[in-house]
Amino acid sequence: MAEITSSKLLKKGAEASLFLTEWYGRRVVVKVRFPKKYRPAELDERIRRYRTAHEPQLMHEAKLAGVPTPTIFLVDMANAAITMEFVEGKQVKQLLGDIPKEERQQLCFRIGEQIGKLHGHDVIHGDLTTSNMILTSEGKVFLVDFGLGEKNTELEARGVDLHLMKRALQSTHYEFAEECFQNVMLGYKAVLGEQDAKSVLDKIREIERRGRYVAERKEEA
Amino acid sequence: MRPTDEQYCLGVESTADDFGVGIATFKGEILANASSGYIPEEGGIHPREAARHHAEAADKVLEEAFQKTGIKPRNLSIIAFSQGPGLGPCLRTGATVARALASYLNIPLVGVNHSIAHIEIGKLATGAQDPVTLYVSGGNTMVTAYDCGKYRVFGETLDIALGNCLDVFAREAGLKHRKGLPLGAALEQLAAKGGKLVPLPYLVKGMDLSLSGLLTAATTALRNDSYKLEDLCYSLQENAFSMVTEVTERALAHTEKKEVLLTGGVAANKRLQSMLAVIAEEHDARFSVVPREFATDNGAMIAWTGVLAYTHGVITPIDESYVKLRWRVEKVDVPWLK
Repeated sequence: MAEITSSKLLKKGAEASLFLTEWYGRRVVVKVRFPKKYRPAELDERIRRYRTAHEPQLMHEAKLAGVPTPTIFLVDMANAAITMEFVEGKQVKQLLGDIPKEERQQLCFRIGEQIGKLHGHDVIHGDLTTSNMILTSEGKVFLVDFGLGEKNTELEARGVDLHLMKRALQSTHYEFAEECFQNVMLGYKAVLGEQDAKSVLDKIREIERRGRYVAERKEEA
Repeated sequence: MRPTDEQYCLGVESTADDFGVGIATFKGEILANASSGYIPEEGGIHPREAARHHAEAADKVLEEAFQKTGIKPRNLSIIAFSQGPGLGPCLRTGATVARALASYLNIPLVGVNHSIAHIEIGKLATGAQDPVTLYVSGGNTMVTAYDCGKYRVFGETLDIALGNCLDVFAREAGLKHRKGLPLGAALEQLAAKGGKLVPLPYLVKGMDLSLSGLLTAATTALRNDSYKLEDLCYSLQENAFSMVTEVTERALAHTEKKEVLLTGGVAANKRLQSMLAVIAEEHDARFSVVPREFATDNGAMIAWTGVLAYTHGVITPIDESYVKLRWRVEKVDVPWLK
């Protein structure tokens, strides 16, 4: 990657590291999946290759669905590295606790709309947390990090995706997790309609009951 | 001789196949940790049979704990018991023993969450203060960390538990649970002799993971008879352990905590320990593993968590001491951590 002059580590995540750098005069993010020493090399390579190849494809699919995602410039399979547009904005995770209630509800509604658009095109994000959503100054909600995503038409996959969103809200924004999720679902319904929203909500309930030690399961036992 | 002003808590554990009694001082010294395990002739735990074993073993295990320490029942200050989560018949047997002791001695009863007890005993034994904890056992697989008054679950299995996954596969492969050699340990020994990676599913979904598909694929491969058992054990472990390690690393990166704790029955597995040690080092975190005697279900962890709860105002009146089969850790107040 000789074109890259200097780079700054933006984020060292568990799954990949993000570097902010310049590439042919553009500000870009390079997402590198470094080998994980805890896994056998063979398994590790399989996982990293799979995620590196699939992530740009899913981001492209998301664009077709009308959901803003960073533009992909380069995919380097040998180094499991993806060069993409640097999206300027604020992480929803940082934002959610600091904005007034009304704005927060609106933002969650917009997030729900984006998820609805994705699911309407059979794209499952796979890691819907508020750290993977960026609000730009123009008010667009970008979704990033599709590394755990997939194309899937099943209701089950949609349910798990939204269940993860709910769980992420509960573990990170527990003070208003319920309110946020309700608004996410309102936005979701606005895009996919009453029927789809209802069936996915039923599915989420089913997934939750399936989980370990959930009080709701008692009624059926 | 122990100082006469010392206070003691007796803890009763009976969530699954082990009946355990532990005695802890209020200062955090574990004096006794007696137990008796139910070993099924075949298959997994039959809840009613396990409960019958607990009822029969209770007096012997209690006596062992008292004899070993020289403490008399009248020296006890409180009785703690595992109130959930777990198997109904087993939980009820332990709760009955605890209620009987507390009423007879006329001392307070404290209901303890079993999962939190696994975390607290790990912290006590290793000196960890505020870790990201991976708790893996036959019934549980979760990544938790303390935040704002509660232990929060950052990741967990969407279906079966890690220990359950390994045990079922081991039984399918014809391994037997023997005293001193649990199924997981037998599987670990075989896995150490394998080394060829069989392709199996790797299912991480966000911070959560799914193990039932991996188990199905591994048992199907077993029946096809085209792989060596050692290689299958190796591959099952590598896949499953990589998955839990990945979600633990995610929670570690997310919370930015500086400690990683491994607890629960599967914590005894050396390969799993080595994987977690790698991620802890990469994130400059201190890694600790619960000692073997406190890894599987035990009474000492209940006694110690009972002390923590009681000294911070938690008492469970007898008429509210019903067992909670599905008591999630986020539902439990942990006033000792404020």
